[in-house]
Amino acid sequence: MDETFGNYSILGKAIPRVDARAKVTGQAKYAADIEVANMLWGQINRSPYAHARILNIDTSKAEALPGVKAVTTGKDFGGFKWGWSGPTRDEEPLAVEKVRYQYEGVAAVAAVDEDTAQEACDLIEVDYEPLPGVFTPSEAMQEGAPLVHDDRPGNICVEYHWNFGDVDKAFAESYLVREDTFQTPRMAKGYLEPPAVVAYWPDPERIVYIGAKGSPYFPYRILAKCFDLPLSNVRIITPIIGSDFGGTKNDMTPADFSAVMLAKKTGRPVKFVTSQFDALTTDLRRHPMWITVKTGVTKDGILKATSLKAVADGGAYTRISPLTMFLVGTCQTLPYKLPNFKYDAYNYFTNNPSSAAMRGHGLYHSRFAADVQLDMIAEELGLDPVEIRLKNSIENPKPGEIYETVNDVHVATCGVQECIEKVAEAVNWKARKGQKKVEGDTAYGMGFAAATYNSGTKLSAHNACAAIVRVCEDGSVNYLTGATDVGQGSDTIMSAIVAEVLGIRLEDIDLKRVDSAFTPVDPGSYGSRVTVHAGEAATKAAEDAKSQLLEVAAQQFGVKPGDVDIKDKKVFVKSSPERNMAWERLVRIACYETPGKVIIGRGYSTQGISMYGLADFSKGVGDIGTNYSFTAQASEVEVDVETGVVKCTDNNVIAHDCGFPLNTQAVETQVQGGSYHQGISAAVYEEFKMDSGQTLNPNLVDYKRPRAYEAPMTQVIHVITNDPYGPFGAKEASEGSCCSAPPSIVSAIHDATGVWIKDLPAQPEKVFWALKKKREKGQK
Amino acid sequence: MKGEMKELKLTVNGKPYELEVKAETLLVDLLRQELKLTGAKVGCLDSACGACTVNIDGKAVRSCSVLALQTNGREVTTIEGVADGDKLHPIQQAMIDHGAIECGFCTPGMVMSAKALLDENTNPTREEVKEAIQGNLCADEGYVKYIEAIEIAAREMRGGQ
Ligand code: FES
Repeated sequence: MDETFGNYSILGKAIPRVDARAKVTGQAKYAADIEVANMLWGQINRSPYAHARILNIDTSKAEALPGVKAVTTGKDFGGFKWGWSGPTRDEEPLAVEKVRYQYEGVAAVAAVDEDTAQEACDLIEVDYEPLPGVFTPSEAMQEGAPLVHDDRPGNICVEYHWNFGDVDKAFAESYLVREDTFQTPRMAKGYLEPPAVVAYWPDPERIVYIGAKGSPYFPYRILAKCFDLPLSNVRIITPIIGSDFGGTKNDMTPADFSAVMLAKKTGRPVKFVTSQFDALTTDLRRHPMWITVKTGVTKDGILKATSLKAVADGGAYTRISPLTMFLVGTCQTLPYKLPNFKYDAYNYFTNNPSSAAMRGHGLYHSRFAADVQLDMIAEELGLDPVEIRLKNSIENPKPGEIYETVNDVHVATCGVQECIEKVAEAVNWKARKGQKKVEGDTAYGMGFAAATYNSGTKLSAHNACAAIVRVCEDGSVNYLTGATDVGQGSDTIMSAIVAEVLGIRLEDIDLKRVDSAFTPVDPGSYGSRVTVHAGEAATKAAEDAKSQLLEVAAQQFGVKPGDVDIKDKKVFVKSSPERNMAWERLVRIACYETPGKVIIGRGYSTQGISMYGLADFSKGVGDIGTNYSFTAQASEVEVDVETGVVKCTDNNVIAHDCGFPLNTQAVETQVQGGSYHQGISAAVYEEFKMDSGQTLNPNLVDYKRPRAYEAPMTQVIHVITNDPYGPFGAKEASEGSCCSAPPSIVSAIHDATGVWIKDLPAQPEKVFWALKKKREKGQK
Repeated sequence: MKGEMKELKLTVNGKPYELEVKAETLLVDLLRQELKLTGAKVGCLDSACGACTVNIDGKAVRSCSVLALQTNGREVTTIEGVADGDKLHPIQQAMIDHGAIECGFCTPGMVMSAKALLDENTNPTREEVKEAIQGNLCADEGYVKYIEAIEIAAREMRGGQ
């Protein structure tokens, strides 16, 4: 039986996805499925070098190839540079003077078919002067190291130093102080759908761009700037999107710019479909990071202070690294009480493909390090992993009260204690103690972790997030949103919120995906912001439309607007419900009676901007989130002690405090997926292998991705806290489980074998050698 | 020889076709580009992701791993041919009802792998279900609800047993 929560008509239970039928019948159109009449195909010419000066580009042979309609190089963009924020605009659509990572785009071709475009790309002659490069942060930080950007001394991309409380004094007073260094792997984002785009110019002043973008208002603004057009003339249309997880489908690619440029040159639509090889070699990756945590505790295991140092490989361009490094630090003071905290962050440019946001952005690195270390501390002190977590975790503030961390992060609801207790109970944690853990060559172990994630991320610019509810005269409703469903289910949630507020059925709502010519602006799908912000906008837009209709209803019934309401598609007088009329009739009266109204509800989110102001990256204070989700997880693994192969068992439980689960099913699926694909996978499977800037495993055979036969049948427990800052009490779902999964797995491996794997992923070879070392040490 | 056109006779979703194709054309390109059946997705072209899975004579096959000509005289079923008109196949219905679908890019392949399994065996063990979809990568939903949905569909196909 599916659980239901709250007292709503639609929300708080399993809601079938509005797009599921199209997806399960193959009718859903993704970017690569789109064809436009007279369309050309594009291909990118890419640099074989990771670091080289471009001396000359000769496109004449390519241009002469029959079937080629246009060629473009970086020079066509007139010096345009773009980036995440004003000061970080360091990237060109196609490299002009220098390439900074292998396979960076240098030129592009539009031709009558894909093969001809590829052939023409191969005919482009680029003279390079290869340059020495830097390929790890430790190389990049050396004195006299080659510079990735000539104007960025020391290859420093981002540097922060924060200090809260008195860390040194707290360490001096601590009973135990531990310092450990952990490492997280360079990872692919994991989407199966490679980026694709079709672009055309309906007239010389207007762009139409149809592409797989999770944040379509990024290309909206960037293309307007790049091609010097007013925003009104840039039309971004989003097809169905095959996942994102942050990064490339938020940002621009050489293909995005080239499609628009080549369409301009040829006067014809141009389509680019990225290959998986290109996606795996050039798309943004999760930052590889080296995290050193020093933690002091009392004899009872109460946290006194943490000093965190994070060193990251930012890759060739800044992209979103300033935010990444902020996130690594800011939530270190959650979900446990931490009175003293110091953070030093260093992010270096290297000649690797750029790093960027990924599901669990930032927090995943530091939570992994700190939560595993907490188990090490517990072991040293003879404390139980659950006990030490319960002791330190933040209590749920009373309604109306706020918990404030030492770095000014504000939490109105925190279900972490309940999450920990529920998981411990579900896996019968206490009874596990002293159980036999080895069967033949297989050792079993269970690990515990807790985590948090910021939801409703708010940044210093482009926060506007709006919605329009248009009630058609027959009672059907169009919902126009700027939010983009990349698979997380926001189209369903937004439709459900609108239907709930209006008092009608989910089927009455027709959601319009982003078409910037008609839909209102929205920052996009990142930072677990959509449910909280776009959900608030949806609520307000629906309330606005509803109040316009209630005014008409009140007139009809001869009462005040506050005396009428709508439920189950019936408008009724609250005090005497027998006085009612059908929803359709009310709408018809409103629209048809002289002078005839147009019912359009408008709404925009405000929660993100008010309250405590915005986060200050350089000082490390303030809220990046509007509210914060909490997660606890227990994972059991089986370790083959002969081969080092680690596998999850089905004994995997996550309790997740998402405030209020608007769609219980979607929350469960998100939490299970976040845990497995981007959490457990980081812990045991995935890593790009690199050699001097070259990706050695750029295909889905050599780059191991988690598959069904290894998947734990994770159980999800809902913990309800009803956050006052989320629509209907909601907070984020899924990024928290990305953060709790890796430490729970590493602790489980330790529980099974006694070895600590501090350098992810715990691939068989690594575990094998660790076990061998431990055995040899034992023999001595 | 490259570029040479060959004759191909096959059935796709119950409809017979007589076509001229290049020898090197992959089945997935024939389906997507010539027949405009874009339900089968291209994720990798390396036979690694399973997004392009179709059924050939009832077996789950990655359509990027076979030449179109290899389907001569055979019966190909794509995701577009699974539902019976408006009536969804139990696998499709279960995936919707159980909330298995997220971004949906892997869904067509997942349905085709599940269908090949359940057409042969409507009473699979959980291990058999996992094995049937082990060639289908999903990026976001963790496989749990897919596995459970296939089991629900199997029960439905057994008449609720
Ligand atoms: S596209 Fe055929 S298996 Fe990936």
